[in-house]
Amino acid sequence: MPGKLKVKIVAGRHLPVMDRASDLTDAFVEVKFGNTTFKTDVYPKSLNPQWNSEWFKFEVDDEELQDEPLQITVLDHDTYSANDAIGKVYIDIDPLLYSEAATVISGWFPIYDTIHGIRGEINVVVKVDLFNDLNRFRQSSCGVKFFCTTSIPKCYRAVVIHGFVEELVVNEDPEYQWIDRIRTPRASNEARQRLISLMSGELQRKIGLKVLEMRGNAVVGYLQCFDLEGESGLVVRAIGTACTLDKLSSTSAFLPACNSPSKEMKEIPFNEDPNPNTHSSGPSTPLKNQTYSFSPSKSYSRQSSSSDTDLSLTPKTGMGSGSAGKEGGPFKALLRQQTQSALEQREFPFFTLTSFPPGFLVHVGGVVSARSVKLLDRIHNPDEPETRDAWWAEIRQEIKSHAKALGCHAVVGYSESTSICEEVCILSASGTAAVLNPRFLQDGTMEGCLDQRLSWQPGFFSIGSEKGEVDFFPQSQDSSSLLGIEETSPAGCGFCHIPYDELNMPFPAHLTYCYNCRKQKVPDVLFTTIDLPVEAMVIGKGCLIQARLCRLKKKAQAEANATVISNLLPFMEYEVHTQLMNKLKLRGMNALFGLRIQISVGENMLVGLASATGVYLTALPTPGGIQIAGKTPNDGTYEQHISHMQKKINDTIAKNKEIYEINPPEIPEEIIGSPIPEPRQRSKLLRSQSESSDEVTELDLSHGKKDAFVLEIDDTDAMEDVHSLLTDAPPPPGFYSCNTEIMPGINNWTPEIQMFTSVRVSRLSNITLTNQMLNKNFNDLCENLLKSLYFKLRSMIPCCLCHVNFTVALPEDELIQVAVTAVAITFDKNQALQTSKVPAEKSLQRASTDNEEQLQFPLELCSDPLASQPFSPAKEVLESASSHTGIPAAQRVASLDKASPLAEGHARHRSVPCSTNSTVTVVKMTPLSFIPGAKITKYLGIINMFFIRETTSLREEGGVSGFLHAFIAEVFAMVRAHVAALGGNAVVSYIMKQCVFMENPNKNQAQCLVNREGPTEEESTDTCKGRKECETGDGETEVRRD
Amino acid sequence: MTNDLDIFVGNTTLIDEEVYQLWLDGYSVSEAVSQRLRAGALEQPGAGPGAGPGAVLHSDTLDHYRTCHMLERLLHAPPKLAHQLLFQIPPERQAGLIQRYYAFDEPFVRELLGKKLSKGTKKDLDDVSAKTGITLKSCRRQFDNFKRVFKAVEELRGPLVDNIQQHFLLPDRLARDYAAIVFFANSRFETGKKKLQYLSFRDFAACAQHLIQHWTLGAVDSHVDDMDVDLDKEFLQELKELKVLVADKDLLDQHKSLVCTALRGKISVYNEMETNFKNLSRGLVNIACKLTHAKDLRDFFVDLVEKFIEPCKADRWPPSDMRLFLTQYTGSAHALDAFRHQALWDRYMNTVTACLLQMYHD
Repeated sequence: MPGKLKVKIVAGRHLPVMDRASDLTDAFVEVKFGNTTFKTDVYPKSLNPQWNSEWFKFEVDDEELQDEPLQITVLDHDTYSANDAIGKVYIDIDPLLYSEAATVISGWFPIYDTIHGIRGEINVVVKVDLFNDLNRFRQSSCGVKFFCTTSIPKCYRAVVIHGFVEELVVNEDPEYQWIDRIRTPRASNEARQRLISLMSGELQRKIGLKVLEMRGNAVVGYLQCFDLEGESGLVVRAIGTACTLDKLSSTSAFLPACNSPSKEMKEIPFNEDPNPNTHSSGPSTPLKNQTYSFSPSKSYSRQSSSSDTDLSLTPKTGMGSGSAGKEGGPFKALLRQQTQSALEQREFPFFTLTSFPPGFLVHVGGVVSARSVKLLDRIHNPDEPETRDAWWAEIRQEIKSHAKALGCHAVVGYSESTSICEEVCILSASGTAAVLNPRFLQDGTMEGCLDQRLSWQPGFFSIGSEKGEVDFFPQSQDSSSLLGIEETSPAGCGFCHIPYDELNMPFPAHLTYCYNCRKQKVPDVLFTTIDLPVEAMVIGKGCLIQARLCRLKKKAQAEANATVISNLLPFMEYEVHTQLMNKLKLRGMNALFGLRIQISVGENMLVGLASATGVYLTALPTPGGIQIAGKTPNDGTYEQHISHMQKKINDTIAKNKEIYEINPPEIPEEIIGSPIPEPRQRSKLLRSQSESSDEVTELDLSHGKKDAFVLEIDDTDAMEDVHSLLTDAPPPPGFYSCNTEIMPGINNWTPEIQMFTSVRVSRLSNITLTNQMLNKNFNDLCENLLKSLYFKLRSMIPCCLCHVNFTVALPEDELIQVAVTAVAITFDKNQALQTSKVPAEKSLQRASTDNEEQLQFPLELCSDPLASQPFSPAKEVLESASSHTGIPAAQRVASLDKASPLAEGHARHRSVPCSTNSTVTVVKMTPLSFIPGAKITKYLGIINMFFIRETTSLREEGGVSGFLHAFIAEVFAMVRAHVAALGGNAVVSYIMKQCVFMENPNKNQAQCLVNREGPTEEESTDTCKGRKECETGDGETEVRRD
Repeated sequence: MTNDLDIFVGNTTLIDEEVYQLWLDGYSVSEAVSQRLRAGALEQPGAGPGAGPGAVLHSDTLDHYRTCHMLERLLHAPPKLAHQLLFQIPPERQAGLIQRYYAFDEPFVRELLGKKLSKGTKKDLDDVSAKTGITLKSCRRQFDNFKRVFKAVEELRGPLVDNIQQHFLLPDRLARDYAAIVFFANSRFETGKKKLQYLSFRDFAACAQHLIQHWTLGAVDSHVDDMDVDLDKEFLQELKELKVLVADKDLLDQHKSLVCTALRGKISVYNEMETNFKNLSRGLVNIACKLTHAKDLRDFFVDLVEKFIEPCKADRWPPSDMRLFLTQYTGSAHALDAFRHQALWDRYMNTVTACLLQMYHD
């Protein structure tokens, strides 16, 4: 019996009127945990009851503590009839279970009802006394920390990154149980909400157990998803990366570590050149590896209608170590083997993280993805997870082999998703194949040195990158020596170098020598699902690039339907890829980060939406233009038309280059003549082979420059494509957008942020739809949505939309729903100009200047604009208004020495719950892992919420828009209330996972009405039942110090 | 392709000032869109090139209107706005929203001043709307605001302005205006007569302030219900005592000679004053004596204009002369030995003087 949960109900306010006669309410509260229920007294005739209850005590197992939510129900006492429910509050007590997180939950919670929305608020205090229980057979995993952030959370340090953890829980969906026919919608919704809350608790506990097994203490990049399968059940599944994290207790703790280079040096022999592919190559024309499998029966026979992958081409065994042994010295082989073995122990060498400590990523191969179409009604044992487990295992296996084909032993930025329509389900997984540095992956004996290893950065980055103007060459030398990575190439380009064997490329691609170090081969473009690595060198700014695509599909049933879908998938992937490539070139860029392709299935169409952030990497060749070639010559007007188009395209490219400040150095010829001095002699020796191929470099380069992308216009389709290319309007001046955490080229964020969710549902006119029209409509929908966002946020100019996350769904025939969640962050324009000019002169700019913000651990100290006044602590409380950012590095470093920032933060945080009575705590939210202008002092735990809202009076609520608008506002409010109650003042890594909106026009009835009398058509909408479910935001909470 | 649903929800609730005003002014979404188009909203930086003709604006306006609509419930009880959790709005923005919501059009309130805030009055708002050119929607909102404030403070103890400020979080000036509106609505002063048309809401508000300060129960005792809303009945009763000033011929002559001596050579309209003195004095004192009758009380302002302002205007008294006259007229009464109601006289005359000076213009 290892825990005692104590709950006190203090008061209520703004309760709804439940008794029409007196215009008052006789409210009381039921507090339920597990199977135990307590009640408060009835507080008669008040809309602001003061219960001031005793402490209700629940004695429970810690397993229960993890699984169960605390349920608080507010009711109106009725002497003669049944008591009426006013609403409920679910409180996840998980945050109270870590030793270092919150100790008490106390505050005002909105009382939520699935039919009426928020109805007043209730003040609750919750505490947990945990008894130490050393039972080794325990089923709970209290104490394992969960982070949704896809990078190592700030104020922690990764000791070991253990690897992939996944779990899946299935249950019958209450909405599809027989009992649902006789119970009220409210009861049904509440059953569902409770079940999902339970399931996610259980899931989290089980993942926690796995982490403990791996000897980790935290899950980073935790991604939880719901599959509402309908008849066959409700699936909650999660993936994450198990890590061992160490809390950075104070700033001084890591300072000595970074000042002791001697220790680091000892490490050097170990990690010789983690960059062994002097020779090997193969471009990562990104989307190369997909397989489409469809397995109608339970036997997983794969009808692989693979588009462009042929796995058999790639050597299956030991490709990595083989090539290393061939070219590298013994050190390299050793390294390879180490890595290999470290990773091969694992079933799936996957990492859900998208940004890593510098040096972690050695090479990036390209995007790997796999999709598979399944039939849900063919699951033999729908209540058991085995079938789904097997499905996912199959997909993961495929991803793993794709990665191998690219010469990579790991997949980073890994994610999984589903799209369900009736009984057809598309499972998708994608990630970025990569070669990792083994030092971060080993546990056991290596831990000791990893400690040291991971603590070097503050010294280096705070000096170098903060200024943003330090020439990158000396800097990177610094970095490599500090890192102990004895790379021949500067750290800024290493990850671009191809990991695969040039002679044995998995697909045809165009390789050149790296534009940065000239030593190794790089592909002409690079697509990845990860964030821009901190060490990457970038020119200009990045931009959001989207490919949008619709495909009509015949309505079909079951197997036939699945076959149709799996036949369509490869074409969609191909087209999405082509669009991305064209748009990338049109912007004069050469790499995509954060690529996310979503393919949704509906009754009669498939929709594909790919979003990514395009950047210009200095290491990759300048992209060629786009050339248009007509197929029917000898036609004057046609030729003229073509040349007109060509001119338009060229103009657009030129304009884009200007907008995004892409002005790569125009001096390749000279530089080639005088190769960059090798930083170390030793490395020179090691790369004897590469030198022999120097001549090829020049050839390749010249080729690369002239190479242009040719678009053939042979029919109207292609014509449309070109047109659509040109319709993408750039964001208005003063705006930038990206779907990654940070924007390359902007490094002076000011503290104003605005997170938002925008949803649009569009009805396609049902006159004979064609693919072309669909595409245009969908494209317009997305473009207009973006335009609206820019207009809405115009008061924030100059600002950048970060982490722009589009999700598309096809809720019904002819309906397309697009939801966007993003955060707008303002930045200082003057500063931006300054910094962008400086690098422009030097022709190069480090992405790390701003990336550094989101680096894990100690770094955030230096990036904190607060540090701008390190010598006037008194001012700090008033800080948020201050907008000075670009501070000399020296001053920033000084702030590291400041002794008591943490203490201050704690003191303030204590006072927060007390002051909630007077005003509502302002809670900032962001999908990013950081908040500009603020420092995360403490993570309070994960907030995982699921809401269902239903209405029977859609018209009174302002139609579907009014309904959804109010609901999303309510969801935000509830998340904020929970955070404030935990004593936090911000949410980071907010995700809205799923937003299902169903409108039941109750077809029979509606049609009936319409048919009977024309003019009452309006009334038929009134009988509509709008309904929406939304699983939202798990984000970590944090305490911010302003 | 039509948008069935189109929403934008920010963690911090965004409300465009301009759209909020259009909403308050009672324009429909399409009217608001065309107004914004005319105002050049699309030329603003965020609009970008090729923003669809009004589509972006339409969506934006609709969205703001929805937010405003949801906020309206809270604006009805402003202190709730600070405690509610649904909309995260910085406190200074909250104050702005409240202030703008409770702001009113002076031409509109001028029409309504002194009328009973009843359903009947509300029904007639379309006439007011037609007359003032303010949309009916906006008229209704303003009317409801008056009524809401009236209901809330009607039965409360303590100073009227403070109560309004506390319950509606309004800035000082606006709270004073509301106090005036409540005061007028409660006492039902006649303001609609043609003779009074030249007076603005500001004039009446200033008068109301003087009346509240000196003639209500609150002026003598600050712990009674309705202290600022109802006039001090006892005081009105006592005012009858002033009759002696005009009824007693000696007293009247004495009073006249005192004033004339003091003002000789000091005002430009001396002769007119001298001939008119008895009429003016009779007018003022008679007003005082009749205030116990509800009907006459309501006609207070009409009487002031008829009995005093109009004769002065006819003789083209400059305002400075009027000020001098009223000061002397009030002060000289103290020198009358037979007159014993000095305090009463001062309480009456000081307020009347202030009102007359406020009302004496074209």
